Amino acid sequence: MQEHDMSWVRTEMALAQPAPARERGAYAWVRKNLIGSVGDTVLTVLGVAIVLWIVPQVINWAFINAVWTGPDRTVCTTASQGGIQPDGWTGACWAFVNAKFGQFMFGTYPIEERWRPILVAILFVALLVPMLIPRVPRKGLNAILLFAALPVVAFFLLVGGVFGLPHVETPRWGGLLVTLSLSFVGIAASLPLGVILALGRRSKMPIVKILSVVFIETVRGIPLIVVLFFASVMLPLFLPEGVSFDKYLRALIGVSLFAAAYMAEVIRGGLQAIPKGQYEGADSLGLGYWQKMSLIVLPQALKLVIPGIVNTFIGMFKDTSLVLIISMFDLLGVVKQNFADANWATPQTAKSGLIFAAFVFWLFCFGMSRYSMYTERRLDTGYKR
Amino acid sequence: MSTENAVSAEDLKVNTGKMHVSTTDVAIDIVGMHKWYGEFHVLKDINLKVMRGERIVICGPSGSGKSTMIRCINRLEEHQKGKIIVDGKELTNDLKKIDEVRREVGMVFQHFNLFPHLTILENCTLAPIWVRKMPKKQAEEIAMHFLKRVKIPEQANKYPGQLSGGQQQRVAIARSLCMNPRIMLFDEPTSALDPEMIKEVLETMVGLAEEGMTMLCVTHEMGFARKVANRVIFMDQGQIVEQNTPAEFFDHPRHERTKLFLSQILH
Repeated sequence: MQEHDMSWVRTEMALAQPAPARERGAYAWVRKNLIGSVGDTVLTVLGVAIVLWIVPQVINWAFINAVWTGPDRTVCTTASQGGIQPDGWTGACWAFVNAKFGQFMFGTYPIEERWRPILVAILFVALLVPMLIPRVPRKGLNAILLFAALPVVAFFLLVGGVFGLPHVETPRWGGLLVTLSLSFVGIAASLPLGVILALGRRSKMPIVKILSVVFIETVRGIPLIVVLFFASVMLPLFLPEGVSFDKYLRALIGVSLFAAAYMAEVIRGGLQAIPKGQYEGADSLGLGYWQKMSLIVLPQALKLVIPGIVNTFIGMFKDTSLVLIISMFDLLGVVKQNFADANWATPQTAKSGLIFAAFVFWLFCFGMSRYSMYTERRLDTGYKR
Repeated sequence: MSTENAVSAEDLKVNTGKMHVSTTDVAIDIVGMHKWYGEFHVLKDINLKVMRGERIVICGPSGSGKSTMIRCINRLEEHQKGKIIVDGKELTNDLKKIDEVRREVGMVFQHFNLFPHLTILENCTLAPIWVRKMPKKQAEEIAMHFLKRVKIPEQANKYPGQLSGGQQQRVAIARSLCMNPRIMLFDEPTSALDPEMIKEVLETMVGLAEEGMTMLCVTHEMGFARKVANRVIFMDQGQIVEQNTPAEFFDHPRHERTKLFLSQILH
């Protein structure tokens, strides 16, 4: 029997070659993703048809037929409804949003005092933007100004009553001012509180642990509406005559504590994902508990749960609308309130107002979402252990 | 544990010139130490005296308690009975003492345990800066010195995830050395490495031994044990079964369990 020759040596290493032309370029992509099979093709055609059917209608309604300016309801109503538009007209009534814009932003904040929230907004943006751009130096000073100095300045500017500024009671605040100030304070307070609660829940000290668990489970178990309702209706019954907490302040505390409880659980998830080896590595070098947590564990844990943290932020941002229940008017509340204005009663008013409110909420939430994705990519160091 | 690993260590070059074992200076003293995990008795009656400058290799089957024992030395594990005295300090619940001991005892882990969110240089300077309160500049100089010694100064600004396993383990060794420890513990430092990476790590460890570092290594690299160790300890079922010089240990094992173990790993 002849023996099979098993000895072989490569004389030249094979060179890398470009992939076959069929697998590259736009046509290959279309073939693979859009018309790969009969089913794919049907779905592609159907999808394109739906888009072609809806998009022109939306553009027509929101832009081409829309009314952008006008003094009252006549610009947004047809002739038969007592307006100037031809019968059968349908389009967005942005004129309503335009006319009420000041209210949507500030509620019933006195018009001659509105420079105050505007100034606060400018300061806020001026401090927030450099904070968010990693390349800008002096992050420490920036953080102190944003999280310590700004709230104090904003408080005196918005509330007034000192330095010759007229006092503006919080019930007169409204619109985006309430939405943004509640969410910013909620976000700024809930993250550190959440970290403390999460560490507390994982602590080996029984008292700390029990307190954290009780707080988290209690707050998470109650709907926010109940907390707000309780604070506004029930609390005054228990307080002595004449003593009253500001309603806005109560909402602020309620929302912050609420978000903190959710945040704690998100962060706990991140803490659990950090392998034991990281703790041991830190221990073996002689790092203390707080050093270990702040230098090694939390930076990694927080990075892991950025999507969850931002999810909580976005949820809280939208939950601020619930302050309507204690008759405070955030952006959505003010918009809804203005539907009752007889001067602007048209079939398009509610649609246009709600779409505007939705768009503003979406703008902020989408901004947060994009920024979080950018941060995730920036902090990615090729995670491996 | 494969044979080629053991063989790759056979050609390690060792200069025994400065390897000196003190006869009076005790580095670690473990007396009648026991440890339980709940009801399970993991370490039984451990007695071990390590002199300054000793290079001890600890081997044994998995689950024999060898890792647990060396992890007790820097209190990553707590013992329940007996005494452990490291550098004259007894390990108790006193957190300050524990931190003092940990500052003097370096540890290298099987899975490196580098901090993935920090660069190689930051990994090395972290403890000197925060624990030893060293100025950043000085810490970086020391870190670069040790990174040169483990032959990867050019990787200083990369992240651990960008390095090979062997390089990561050498960084881990450099990170420990930056704290200027008097004792080094190695917990299976080459077990998680690709075969081609083992030698570079062993050579780094040989370099340390040549400079007179007190070392305790849990390892199955028998070539390393023969050339570098002055004592080999064999553990089984949570106790020290046999200990001897490497030559005697490998050529004339006395306990039946040791003979069986050696016959399983040395073909």
